[in-house]
Amino acid sequence: MLASGIWGITASSWRRVAKHGAGAVTTKSLWLKEHKGHSNPVIISTEHWTLNAVGVPDAGVEKAKEEIGEYNKDKPVPLIANIIAESAENYAKTAQAIVELKPDFLEVNISCPNIEDEFGRPFACSADDAAAVTKAVKAVSGDIPVFIKLSPNVENIGTIALACAKAGADGFTAINTVGPGMAIDLRSRRPILANRVGGLSGPAIKPIAVKCIADVYKATEGKLPIIGTGGVATGKDAMELMLAGASLIGIGTAVADRGADVFAKVCEEMSAWCDAEGVASCGELIGGMHRSFSS
Amino acid sequence: MGCCGHCSPAKRLPETHPIAHIVRETAHVQTFTFKVSLGAKPGQFVMVWLPGVDEVPMSVAEDDGKELKITFFAAGDMTEKLAQCKEGDLVGLRGPFGTHYTWEKKQKLALLAGGYGAAPMHFVAKEAAKDGCTVDVFVGARGKEHLLYLDALCALKRVALHVATDDGSQGFKGTNVAALVEELDGGARYDQLFACGPERMLVAVSQLSAQRKIPSQLSLERYMKCGYGLCGNCVVDPLGIRLCTDGPVVKNDLCMEITEFGKFHRDDVGKKHLF
Repeated sequence: MLASGIWGITASSWRRVAKHGAGAVTTKSLWLKEHKGHSNPVIISTEHWTLNAVGVPDAGVEKAKEEIGEYNKDKPVPLIANIIAESAENYAKTAQAIVELKPDFLEVNISCPNIEDEFGRPFACSADDAAAVTKAVKAVSGDIPVFIKLSPNVENIGTIALACAKAGADGFTAINTVGPGMAIDLRSRRPILANRVGGLSGPAIKPIAVKCIADVYKATEGKLPIIGTGGVATGKDAMELMLAGASLIGIGTAVADRGADVFAKVCEEMSAWCDAEGVASCGELIGGMHRSFSS
Repeated sequence: MGCCGHCSPAKRLPETHPIAHIVRETAHVQTFTFKVSLGAKPGQFVMVWLPGVDEVPMSVAEDDGKELKITFFAAGDMTEKLAQCKEGDLVGLRGPFGTHYTWEKKQKLALLAGGYGAAPMHFVAKEAAKDGCTVDVFVGARGKEHLLYLDALCALKRVALHVATDDGSQGFKGTNVAALVEELDGGARYDQLFACGPERMLVAVSQLSAQRKIPSQLSLERYMKCGYGLCGNCVVDPLGIRLCTDGPVVKNDLCMEITEFGKFHRDDVGKKHLF
């Protein structure tokens, strides 16, 4: 599936991604009201990593209504609406407005690392804050499952996940970007990103994603589904996240290197590997690392 | 990653370079030269970063393997500050990004350049002429004070210059597309039409291309952030293609499937604005 933050601004882009083999699409983070992002440069990359501080720009719920409404007219794959806000109260208000648009899942972004100047430490950095947001969203989400998007930039992601689970979370997305990090231009001696710092993604962060997913799976005893995201570019990457405990895989940064059809390519690579290795269904990989210790 | 397998890999991390040379083209247009090549082809763009201010996409005015040039109109916060730079000041560059114009050897090409679209069209004319193409360039502007690259275009072999101004202050009175129509009606024949300029000019070229059944390639402009297909800001309806990677240069067959073409574009938060 398409991870949040990549493409995802319009119904036509979600459809395009579905055409290229994604099993689900995630919107960019939706705000209640229009929110401006940071000035450029906002995204920079090398072959190993991408740093982004786009600053979560969005035109607000009115635009979401138009685009999600358009998408729902002829929906090729499920839509995950990612929401963001500056307080637990506004998470609830945003969730309430978005729930009316009937997305298949809600994903709650409490872990963006590049709007700290504006809003302070992400909610995902404290078990109490994360649980409070979860509770507020769950109170208005009705029968739409709520996934909490977790931050890897914490001492113990398992504790945070457990607190969210106790507050009613139906699942998790792990992980948001790492860091934040910084890149400096040699001649001007200035940080390149206008926001100075930005979240790290791309191939370099996959080992962190694998470890965090394993921690969340262990803390919640594998009872809640985990959308694994972070550095996935190939079928083997996806299966590694599944062994750690992910049951759905999100791809973001890799669309730049492997093209829009990265989703179909990853699925084909997984099937080919499973066929060659005699794995009947790749579903059996989910959480396989944890079971390997008991067998 | 190259755009077509034959281009240089795009640099996605900017590096600043001192401005080596500045030429003032008109009252509001300047050309900056940098002593660096990014291996850009005609029609591709680079992201131009002014540290502490902003970063914007710009068509490459020339990249000869040693030097890279950009020609820009001071028409916004960033470009107005860029216009105040002096030789030696540092400007960041990354790219090249996107598709480029393509032609076959010895083709007859008509190039339509509107406003500062004259800069990339000069780059096309120079490279296509090297491939034995015969090139007619139709440079259009509101008035003669906005015309660009005329001397440089005149100096190219196998290239014929046609000038059109809305107010008739130089050359043909009317649009450059109207000037092309007159040539076609007079018996001129072209293998392809290339266009770079304001969207209303591109719409006229697209329609002409379809009516006269002459293949065309058009350079479309949309708000861009990353330049290499991640942010999704330049995705167009209803195809959902990214103009930074599937464009900016698109063939007219594809362009005619873009229903927002000539109608609206989106801003930095994704909100629609009518042309």
